[in-house]
Amino acid sequence: MKKQHRFAVGIAVVLIAIGYFAFAGYNEGKAYYKTIEEVTAMGPKAEKQRLRVAGLVKEGTIERDGTHVSFVLAQDVETMQHTLRVHYVGSQPVPDTFKDRAEAVVEGKCLPDGTFEADHIQAKCASKYEAKYGPNAQHPNDMSSTGKPSDAAGGAY
Amino acid sequence: MIQIGNYAIALALTFCTYALFALFYGAKTGRREIAKSGERAVYATFGFVVLAVASLEVLLLRSDFSVEYVAEYSNRALPFFYKVAALWGGQKGSLLFWTLILTGYAAWVAFRNRHYAGKLIPYTLGVMSITAFFFLIMNKFAANPFHRLMQDHGGVQHVFTASDGQGLNPLLQHPAMVIHPPMLYLGYVGMVVPFAFCMAALLTRELGSGWIKLTRRWTLFAWLFLGTGILLGGRWAYVELGWGGYWAWDPVENASLMPWLTGTAFLHSVIVQERRNMLKVWNVVLILATYLLAIFGTFLTRSGIVSSVHAFAQSSIGTYFAVFLGLAAAASIYLVVTRLNFLRSDNQLDSYASREASFLFNNLILLAACFAVLWGTLFPVISELIQNDKVTVGAPFFNKINVPIGLFLLFLTGVGPLLAWRKTSFQSMKKIFFWPTIAGVAVAGASLAFGIHSIYPVMSFAIAAFVLMTLINEFSRATRARMRNTHENPASALMGIVGTNKRRYGGYVAHLGFLLLLVGFTGQAFTTEGWGEANVGDKFSIGKYDFQCMEIQNLKNDNYQGMSATLALSSHGRQLALLSPEKRFYPASQQTTSEVRMHHTPIEDVYVVFANVKEATNKAIIQVWINPLVSYVWLGGYVLAIGTIITLLPNRVERKLKRRKKAVEELLRETEKVNV
Repeated sequence: MKKQHRFAVGIAVVLIAIGYFAFAGYNEGKAYYKTIEEVTAMGPKAEKQRLRVAGLVKEGTIERDGTHVSFVLAQDVETMQHTLRVHYVGSQPVPDTFKDRAEAVVEGKCLPDGTFEADHIQAKCASKYEAKYGPNAQHPNDMSSTGKPSDAAGGAY
Repeated sequence: MIQIGNYAIALALTFCTYALFALFYGAKTGRREIAKSGERAVYATFGFVVLAVASLEVLLLRSDFSVEYVAEYSNRALPFFYKVAALWGGQKGSLLFWTLILTGYAAWVAFRNRHYAGKLIPYTLGVMSITAFFFLIMNKFAANPFHRLMQDHGGVQHVFTASDGQGLNPLLQHPAMVIHPPMLYLGYVGMVVPFAFCMAALLTRELGSGWIKLTRRWTLFAWLFLGTGILLGGRWAYVELGWGGYWAWDPVENASLMPWLTGTAFLHSVIVQERRNMLKVWNVVLILATYLLAIFGTFLTRSGIVSSVHAFAQSSIGTYFAVFLGLAAAASIYLVVTRLNFLRSDNQLDSYASREASFLFNNLILLAACFAVLWGTLFPVISELIQNDKVTVGAPFFNKINVPIGLFLLFLTGVGPLLAWRKTSFQSMKKIFFWPTIAGVAVAGASLAFGIHSIYPVMSFAIAAFVLMTLINEFSRATRARMRNTHENPASALMGIVGTNKRRYGGYVAHLGFLLLLVGFTGQAFTTEGWGEANVGDKFSIGKYDFQCMEIQNLKNDNYQGMSATLALSSHGRQLALLSPEKRFYPASQQTTSEVRMHHTPIEDVYVVFANVKEATNKAIIQVWINPLVSYVWLGGYVLAIGTIITLLPNRVERKLKRRKKAVEELLRETEKVNV
């Protein structure tokens, strides 16, 4: 066997091993990003997959119990259409940015009763620029005030 | 001040444009005086950017809320320190700050190489000016921090001065957060320098190891800052965000990790080019990739194509970045492809048991790690394009790949530096690796005996012991040899060997830092967590720690209001500490934050968070993490940084050469005088 071929074998072994880990990790960690509307439309199929759902926290629905929280996530907070009751049962506390009208992303699975059991939660604070300078003030669409990294939201992972 | 800032940016842009053309034209036609004038324009650009930054700082310090940026990221009550730091608190300021560092680097390159006669430096500065040009365009048009605050009166826009600003995000009001972005920027932007040298080398076809020798320190410097910046970010997340961890595989974190990974690969593989004239194409590709990833990282965080907990604006600058990135990538690929002939290797790989081979595998898995991180980060976008289904891969994906990669890297850290170039004989391998192998096996056995049964932690500790042993061996062997020769005491002999070969022993120290980092990461496998309800007098236990609530207090001051719980921490009846985690609410920015409290021991951190108040019982919910070995992450970071700094120090040989050169120059000058 030529020298260079010997190295090709070694490289291939390493790459295949990494590919295997990637595949296994993918199956373990994948979650389908769905809107609440899509989750509802999926019906029982939604119970089989790990899902990641984003929405706004409906005002006045947050109920805390220890580190667990249940609340209603709404796709559209004005019309209150497409809502999903979420039970957060993860081990980490809910981030500080989680509150009424906050934008939240939950990860977990649907239960047969149509509620959602989340083990991960992320939240971004709702717009910080709520007409602070006057009724129709023009504001950039920034949601936060940070430069590079982490702003807001306790990482949920 | 607003006017000055605006004019300064405009003038910087003008000079930058001139520099660009003058440098390329001068270098191309070989007209040195034109290239020289371009170099002077590089200094001028930097000067005007400094002026623009100074104007913005003055506006921030004077709390001039007629400026949109100041009104958004500062307020009157903000401490002086944070007012200064508000320069990089928001996007527009950050981009200006970026330009400042970039043009500063360009001016420094120009200054350092002012006596250099060839074409390499003008081209290098030209490439840097292109990048600066792009950023200045954004500073001027897309993200101008000097915009006046506007108010809408029935469709008519009026300038307007707010009575107070919105203030800096309270989460960012932390010392680590003040230095973290500049560190990261120094790193990110610093990668522009080796990139520019590489492009210049491609343009001039001077593709030996010249450009690599010229940029070695630059790369190390940028790499050091990038790594430190990443770690500081983790440190900040750990002490400030209150979720018990320091790394979440969030797209923004990944974006900073990717150039660090390719940068690490580059640092190692250039050694092969220096010593053996191999891997030339590879090195060029690595540094180009590092630069593109640095720009891509900014694009990723600013464009909003992937969702991140780091909520950034989805602004138009994403498009600017995409275009720039595309052009830079196209230019890089074109240059590499057309110069392939000049990038031939002079040598071939001989044996697995060679230093080259260990470098090859080091590079391979670093790139694999980078690719996996990139793939995982972009997966929602990719999957949506391919199967119309947005799929995210979470932490399990990243951990599954990167844990074995990390362990393999650690193993190479121990093996690589000890192998000879070309081929190591079996005899010498036996000699080198006998004791390290014994150490590794012993530690693996001990870990199993102590009840650690998961495979990765056992491997991690075993490999760490193996590598530690190789490092101890190397240091002690060299120290003893020197002691025999010079009859010094052990300490001065140790200093002596490090001093005579800073690259080698600095590298070993950096490797030790990496080892400590991985040991720290391994601790994550043993984290325990739990929570308790607490009112005055209540007790609860988590792991071997007992908590007793001593006091619940209401907090109120100008800046925030909130609650704190004072807990007495004890273990096996021994009092350890009083911890008072707080929950705060900042009215100015309408934000709630948790103030984490920790008790550190060499083995683990007890990490306590005031989670919330349970309405039914009106008790505080206290969340506790017991995080083993976390301190080794920070310690490893320090050691890694110290090791890198050692390799950056000038060598004795270099100093000697410099002195000799100076002496010769002086002599020449004197003879000239005599001749006149």
